[in-house]
Amino acid sequence: MVKSCLDDPAARYGAEPGGASAPAKAKITFVDSHGQARTVEGESGATVMETALRNDIPEIAAECGGACACATCHVYVDASWTEKTGKASQMEEDMLDFAFGVKPNSRLCCQITVKPELDGLVVSTPAQQG
Amino acid sequence: MSEMIETDVVIVGAGPAGLFAVFELGLLDIKAHLIDILPRPGGQCSELYPEKPIYDIPGLPIVTGQELTDRLLAQIAPFHPTFHFNEMVEKLESTGSATAPSFRLATDAGKVFSCKVVFVAAGGGSFQPKKPPIPGIDAYEGKSVFYAVRRIEDFRDKHVVIIGGGDSALDWTLNLQPVAKSLTLVHRRDAFRAAPHSVNAMHELAAAGKIDFRLGQVTHVEGADGQLHAATIRGNDGADKLIACERLVPFFGLTMKLGPVADWGLNLHENLTPVDTEKFETSHPGIFAIGDINTYPGKLKLILCGFHEAALAAQQAYHYVYPGKKLVFQYTTSSTNLQKKLGVV
Repeated sequence: MVKSCLDDPAARYGAEPGGASAPAKAKITFVDSHGQARTVEGESGATVMETALRNDIPEIAAECGGACACATCHVYVDASWTEKTGKASQMEEDMLDFAFGVKPNSRLCCQITVKPELDGLVVSTPAQQG
Repeated sequence: MSEMIETDVVIVGAGPAGLFAVFELGLLDIKAHLIDILPRPGGQCSELYPEKPIYDIPGLPIVTGQELTDRLLAQIAPFHPTFHFNEMVEKLESTGSATAPSFRLATDAGKVFSCKVVFVAAGGGSFQPKKPPIPGIDAYEGKSVFYAVRRIEDFRDKHVVIIGGGDSALDWTLNLQPVAKSLTLVHRRDAFRAAPHSVNAMHELAAAGKIDFRLGQVTHVEGADGQLHAATIRGNDGADKLIACERLVPFFGLTMKLGPVADWGLNLHENLTPVDTEKFETSHPGIFAIGDINTYPGKLKLILCGFHEAALAAQQAYHYVYPGKKLVFQYTTSSTNLQKKLGVV
């Protein structure tokens, strides 16, 4: 008999925190343009932008909802993390043309996926997105 | 003289919800005009993600924003909606009563509409040019800072600075260079999202010394009484350079701003209009709100929800457009009456 995921409450509702199949988490710190830092937990597989929205992080507009089509989730990746987050794709570079105050460490955070290696990631947000 | 247009319903916003409303209203013999600030139909679908797939339209496992727009246009074609693009509704006034509503709308292009019902399908608001965070730039807007080029003559014999790396920035660099006294193109990198021949033409002009192409960003402007004199460009090397600048044209794309909808007395909460869930009518009888701009318990900002809302709102709109007339619900599958309207029999 094939076991449906609907028969398994753990699979249906997500495993208990800390359980073997719990999604890996990574702490992410957002520093706003006034210097205030907010550290939240992101789930592996979600984007940094989604993590920001779920936690009411200010200065992330994300107008297009993650389609890499608006440049309103612009962040600066802390210098010690740029290697781990990697470089912007061609599409993302093109979209960054619509952001303000772009620097070499600029990224659109809808294009950064949370993973255990990014535990401790620090990004800062510009004062103006749109 | 402003032009006066009479119609049953004015739909503010030509995104998917507004487009499908034409269909639902049309089946009920209700005529509609659509007004949108964008130059084309589709709203966010065509402006933000024309090439990106959408996976949650019932019956269409995968469809791009542009294809969905095209299909909706084909679906509503039998009802001959009238589109008014590049226009923003600035004013909405009630000219009727709660039981017999009527409205007058005025656009920024000077058109005036008289109608019985208004459908606000304005999504996240209107798409407007992004304004770069240059201190004091507001004071120059419309006088020496422009987010679009409307009259080339405004740029004749001026020191012009264009910011951006897309087709608009490149096209206007090429078109304004012959009339401008000097032209500087400022972009953050030596790569462009523009037609290759435009990029090549720009590089040729730069190599010939006819324009100045600078890598960097404009950080500061100087002027008086709305007239710019100079701009500071911070190069990618960190060095500041002050250049003559009498016209500044930043091209940073569009952003959604709620705009004049905020002034229409619709009890907005966090830029959303509360509606009931039987008719999707706002607190003001005769004004309906459908799609991403409305809110109610359980609201989801999905295109399919906008379609549902349009269908139910149309039912109530019928009673305002045809007071006292009985509305018999019919299916397009079986009603020859509806099929006639659709032009399929």
